[in-house]
Amino acid sequence: MSAAPLVAVVVFPGSNDDHDAAWALGAVGAEPELVWHGERTLPPETAGVVLPGGFSYGDYLRTGAIASLAPVMDAVRAFAAAGGPVLGICNGFQVLCEARLLPGILRPNRQLEFVCRDATVRVESTDSAFLRRCSVGQELVIPVKHGDGAWYADEGTFIRLAAAGQLVLRYADDVNGALGNVAGVTNEAGNVFGLMPHPEHAVDPLLGSADGGPLLAALVDAASAFRPRAAA
Amino acid sequence: MLVRPKDGILDPQGDAVGQSLRNLGFDVSSARVGRVVDLELTSDAVDEARAQIERMCSELLANPLIESFEIRLGE
Repeated sequence: MSAAPLVAVVVFPGSNDDHDAAWALGAVGAEPELVWHGERTLPPETAGVVLPGGFSYGDYLRTGAIASLAPVMDAVRAFAAAGGPVLGICNGFQVLCEARLLPGILRPNRQLEFVCRDATVRVESTDSAFLRRCSVGQELVIPVKHGDGAWYADEGTFIRLAAAGQLVLRYADDVNGALGNVAGVTNEAGNVFGLMPHPEHAVDPLLGSADGGPLLAALVDAASAFRPRAAA
Repeated sequence: MLVRPKDGILDPQGDAVGQSLRNLGFDVSSARVGRVVDLELTSDAVDEARAQIERMCSELLANPLIESFEIRLGE
């Protein structure tokens, strides 16, 4: 089973980091395949899914809201329910929240400005497969570029998620007004992960940072180990 | 239907609008910005139309985590 695992990169109308994500996944050992949002199924060998960054449907209504209802999302939901690793980056994070696959929601940045810069994030928990190549307290420098990146949940949910170790990444400083400076969140099972920073833009020191590499490589590890829980 | 940021939810857009109105000299203590969605339905059964719109709101048009909605039926 040493073959590179197939990681599906979903392309929505308005996705713009799909090719970067596919390139970066290839660089860390995956076999990426772009999958159009109108498909009702994922490729049969799919072992991981990435929802990439961009501005699906022009961010109409709420960011990620319309993409969360795309035909392919039923297949993504089933894949996640079977324990498959699903990663949402930026707009992909917004889509996963709107699809209720991740808790909370991304709201407009408090400063109402698009933020585009390197951000330092701290690893809070390594329970999820996506953080297995990192250590608690480790700081990663990964670029952010978003207008709607302020993660929010009600107080009770926030306390529960923090206690459960699901608020896995937090900004070292206040980037966008996110509650608790949260930059990345996992679901309860740890196999669905969304983050606003762009690890696919940080896989080569030549481009300023390679700190995103361990996150994507951990996705590839999880994809390599993935065996569907439910019989297909 | 009207969609509004829930009470207590930070509304930076509303804050910016409120500040601009104060800059214009208006005595505004608070502004909240929401959204209006006008819908035309073929159903003429009021109860059924209202039930349909409520489902539309909870499934797509509003996110209950941060937004409340209000339905007004016209002719």
